[in-house]
Amino acid sequence: MSDHAHASAHHIDVKEFHPRAQAAIHNPKIRQNFRKAMDGLMTKRKSAFEGWDLETLRDLGSNIRMRALANLPDLLEQLEAKLTENGIKVHWAVDADEACKIVRDICVARDAKSVIKGKSMVSEEMELNHYLQEHGIDALESDLGEYIVQLAEETPSHIIMPAIHKNTDEISQLLHDKTGTDLSHDVEYLTASARLQLREKFRNADVGVSGVNFAVAETGTLCLVENEGNGRMTTTVPPCHIAVTGIEKVVPNLEDVTGLLALLTRSATGQHITTYFNMISGPRKPDELDGPEEVHVVLVDNGRSSIFQDDELLDTLKCIRCGACMNHCPVYTRVGGHTYGTTYPGPIGKILMPHLIGLDEGRHLPSASSLCGACGEVCPVKIPIPDLLVRLRQESVDGDKLHPAKVRGHGAKRNSLEAMVWKGWSFMHAKPGLYRMGTGMAAKFHKLQPGNLGAWTKYRTAPKLAPKTLHQRMKERNT
Amino acid sequence: MSSRDTILQRLRNRSGGELRAPACDFSVLKRPDWSTAEKLGLFQKTIESVHAEVHRTTEMDWIEKLIELMAARGVQSLLASNGTEVGHRVTQAAAARDDFPEVRVYDKAIEQWQEELFSTVDVGITSTRGGIAETGTLILWPSSDEPRLMSLVPPIHVAVLYASELYSTFHEAMQKQNWRNGMPTNALLVSGPSKTADIEQTLAYGVHGPKELIVLVIE
Repeated sequence: MSDHAHASAHHIDVKEFHPRAQAAIHNPKIRQNFRKAMDGLMTKRKSAFEGWDLETLRDLGSNIRMRALANLPDLLEQLEAKLTENGIKVHWAVDADEACKIVRDICVARDAKSVIKGKSMVSEEMELNHYLQEHGIDALESDLGEYIVQLAEETPSHIIMPAIHKNTDEISQLLHDKTGTDLSHDVEYLTASARLQLREKFRNADVGVSGVNFAVAETGTLCLVENEGNGRMTTTVPPCHIAVTGIEKVVPNLEDVTGLLALLTRSATGQHITTYFNMISGPRKPDELDGPEEVHVVLVDNGRSSIFQDDELLDTLKCIRCGACMNHCPVYTRVGGHTYGTTYPGPIGKILMPHLIGLDEGRHLPSASSLCGACGEVCPVKIPIPDLLVRLRQESVDGDKLHPAKVRGHGAKRNSLEAMVWKGWSFMHAKPGLYRMGTGMAAKFHKLQPGNLGAWTKYRTAPKLAPKTLHQRMKERNT
Repeated sequence: MSSRDTILQRLRNRSGGELRAPACDFSVLKRPDWSTAEKLGLFQKTIESVHAEVHRTTEMDWIEKLIELMAARGVQSLLASNGTEVGHRVTQAAAARDDFPEVRVYDKAIEQWQEELFSTVDVGITSTRGGIAETGTLILWPSSDEPRLMSLVPPIHVAVLYASELYSTFHEAMQKQNWRNGMPTNALLVSGPSKTADIEQTLAYGVHGPKELIVLVIE
């Protein structure tokens, strides 16, 4: 099935989380870049919601998303019918490989050699650029952050601000090396240079590829949220536009986008609204003078229908990709986006990626959290991220009989010794006599307790056993 | 089985229980019944805070204002619509006066003059389908008369907005204009000039779209 395996050679190994985290923590540049950016984003989000009844608004966001998911198959059919009626061609892809092939086939049918891209996390998930390149089609990112990341041959370190790990110095050097611009600290100059370079590309591109923020079933409308105008360029200038989207992005009513948009931009960048909100409902009509003559939508499953099976994990699909969870995550801020080694970093990545790559490959993701709960508190659609992290931790050690594990690759972290200890622990706790004997022994020999408990005591002092058990003390008090 | 059927079947035969669709209460988005003056005040404050320029003028005077603004910027060429009222006013003025920049009308398919549009036009002037006070937003519904690229490619976008067509919120605009009963091929909300903060969170304008957005509000 796969002619481009997703754990491909150019991909970093997700399992190497810990060494990367160590390296990132000891890299002051990474820590400064992320700390500064995340502090700024948190402050902006807070002020953008001033005067709002945020809890009620989050309830609305959560309900809109849940209502959509509750009718997902019907809505997808309605969306397909409406889009088709509007003249947009609909394609379905079970996985990333199929989605890549669909895009390529459209390009081949048009004899297209160059693709210009608007920002799309699904296309990152598909590794579309890499795939097209391998098949002789140039794919160029046009979002400034994505353009920088592509020039650097890296992957985005944040889903909203892809080049947040780089500072102006690094970007100036990169643009100088790769495109011949002058070295400069003047962000206006650097931006203007990129504008010039990319305008040429927009004009000559054969196909534009974009993502989708919301797809409206009742009207057959694709909504794109952006500030730069590259999304509008991508979807307007080339003669063919291909939108790729996860199947979960559909909402029933046009009205739904007002609630989600209010939450999305404020949560993401602290903006009341982005510069452009672009709603596309069809290709160029015969009497129109611009716009693409062909519009395609690729509905990508790629693991989403598996998440959809489980009542608890389903919440993962409510996500509107604002990035607030990573902006507020103490772990993300310290280790940066690349440490995760996954398309989606941070808290949302930790609950989403295990489904896409398997819990064996992503075994460290659910544990890369202090469970502080910030992500769940700021999530605009109320995804209980900490609960889902705990659930995936259980899945990764195969939990217990009451909660059979079901995520692909579950049990990857199960350790038979650890499992035996917990079995003994639960056996002992179910037998009062045995429990009293066990704790009594522990209290009696508390001085023999080792002070060095391996990784636990590397950064902490060891907890000390009390000389008397609670039972013993209660007994003394009552006699 | 086709991929379509595979996906739909997996979704339909889900192993979890039946999903309940919660009710959605949009009243949290509602704003007080602001007067036109209040809406205009808020619109102006909000859109100016994201680097757009607002000029209050009248039906009579807006062409004069436009000429003044174009002169101050040394504008050479201006792109206008062939079919809207705003476009007609501009072409009439250009014919009648010699202090007007050269006016082009968007009257042929983009393929026939793409390079010209990208390299020689300084300003695109469009009408609007109203505005949104809360977020400082212009509503644009490009059409055959006013094609999509008019508000995107030229470095300066001038939009003519009637104060009487300001709505409080996006939700209200969409409901009152009954969008769900017929969307154009492309509908746009525009809230400021094109911008980016992708280089170390430093704002820069005009990254791909217009560097300047000028709103002429007709009171």
